[in-house]
Amino acid sequence: MGKYAIEADHVSMRFNINKEGVDNAKEYFIRMVKRDLHYVEFWALKDVSFKLKKGDRMGVLGFNGAGKSTLLKTIAGVLKPTQGSVHTEGIIAPMLELGAGFDSNYSGRENVFLYAATMGFSRKFIQEKYDEIVEFSELGDFINAPIKSYSSGMRSRLGFAIATSVKPEVLILDEVLSVGDAAFRAKSEKRLESLMGDGVTVLYVSHSTGNVERICNKAIILTQGQLVANGDSADVCELYRRMVNNK
Amino acid sequence: MNRIKAAVRPHIDNFMKYRFLLKELVNKNIKLQYRNSVLGIFWTFLQPLLTMIVLSFVFMNVFGRGNSKTGNYPVYLLCGRLLFQFYTTATKRAMTSIRRQSSMIKKVYVPKYIYPLSAVLSSFVTFLISLSVLVVVILYFNLRGKEPVAVTWRVVYTIIPILITLVLSLGVGMILATVSVFFKDVENLYDVFCLLLFYLTPIVYHPSRLNFVEGSMQLRILKLNPLYGIVGMFRAAVIWGHEFSQNWDTVLMYYTAAFAVVMLIIGFWLFYRNQDKFILHI
Repeated sequence: MGKYAIEADHVSMRFNINKEGVDNAKEYFIRMVKRDLHYVEFWALKDVSFKLKKGDRMGVLGFNGAGKSTLLKTIAGVLKPTQGSVHTEGIIAPMLELGAGFDSNYSGRENVFLYAATMGFSRKFIQEKYDEIVEFSELGDFINAPIKSYSSGMRSRLGFAIATSVKPEVLILDEVLSVGDAAFRAKSEKRLESLMGDGVTVLYVSHSTGNVERICNKAIILTQGQLVANGDSADVCELYRRMVNNK
Repeated sequence: MNRIKAAVRPHIDNFMKYRFLLKELVNKNIKLQYRNSVLGIFWTFLQPLLTMIVLSFVFMNVFGRGNSKTGNYPVYLLCGRLLFQFYTTATKRAMTSIRRQSSMIKKVYVPKYIYPLSAVLSSFVTFLISLSVLVVVILYFNLRGKEPVAVTWRVVYTIIPILITLVLSLGVGMILATVSVFFKDVENLYDVFCLLLFYLTPIVYHPSRLNFVEGSMQLRILKLNPLYGIVGMFRAAVIWGHEFSQNWDTVLMYYTAAFAVVMLIIGFWLFYRNQDKFILHI
């Protein structure tokens, strides 16, 4: 322990897809008595194992529906794997979709404290970072307006600003660098680089091998829930490009 | 002993890590309740006060006159209503807490019991604020000199029914939260249940008015409802402090306390057994 930031050990995730969508008690009991509850089993992840050292940045590549988001969710602790286990060390800033943990009736300002609290940070701690967060998010006076009036870009900027300001030990990025305009993207990448300099561990999901190669030193490919490649990002990206061309 | 320590320790550590979140969520529930309303927090006072006035107006002559044993009827009514309201708001909020916070649960890891717990605690804070209505109403009657309520030091005993209600609400709330994730029907069912519970609990009437014989089956069934004992204890402490020992039912106190603790254990057990499945259903 201690050496690895993320250890995924034979992680499998099964979903039971309910064919009929039974969601009321009456129907459930009738079907239970008639033994008529049919599920379709679907394995979103099958026996995925990898270890990621502290400070490593790993790209997660795969086609749509390959299980990338499911993998990130199990690592973030949102989903509990059906089999196997995930160990993580340190504070995780999940940005599965930016703006997680926001309450839409709350103002931007109030959401800053709420979001930070979901990562275990106190109001006092965030108070010191508050100005920096608002400045980075470029929200200006909108920070006092309720989040429901925000555009998706504004939400993402705020989420990114908070999650990166608290200096987390593990960052989970799901295509986040595609948000915002070019100027904000450049600013975000700069911020990410400075975090990497501090030794943050990054999990980065993207379809762009260019981004993965630039940001990550490791990469994996998922195909239908299975880990098909794991290695240095340059080699894996090369392989992935070939897979895309053959498809 | 050390093994117990080792088993409990991570839970305490985890709770300590998320105590700020608990505070934020409690704050949020209270703040958002009255956001954008003109009178804001005053609704916490107005709601019980208006209900008290209307219910007194309607039921005073039926349940509040002569040898009815209620004493000052508006105060009697308010005592029951406030605790009942606390119980129903807390359990209903806890029941919907998981689904209301689904966007958060789907994206961030947070110990899930935080949601029903914060729902119950925010209702508790609202309840404590609304208690000031009771103080004001008692002061009003005592200053007018009409049907004054002789409050004694026994009023400190109110802490017992209040704590029991808190534990009970959390236990029942966690059971409801778990079940309602899988079956939404429970929300409608519980609304009906609460309405029936309102009539089964001596809020507008004094139990003696039901003309059940002491020790009869009907009265025993009525006393199975933990809120029966809870409002009884609360009133004994507030209204009947001068004849406290006749009005404070120790047996019922042990019964309701045990009931609440059993509910809490069942609630946590059910919740922990199912919490990993929540995300698949919300």
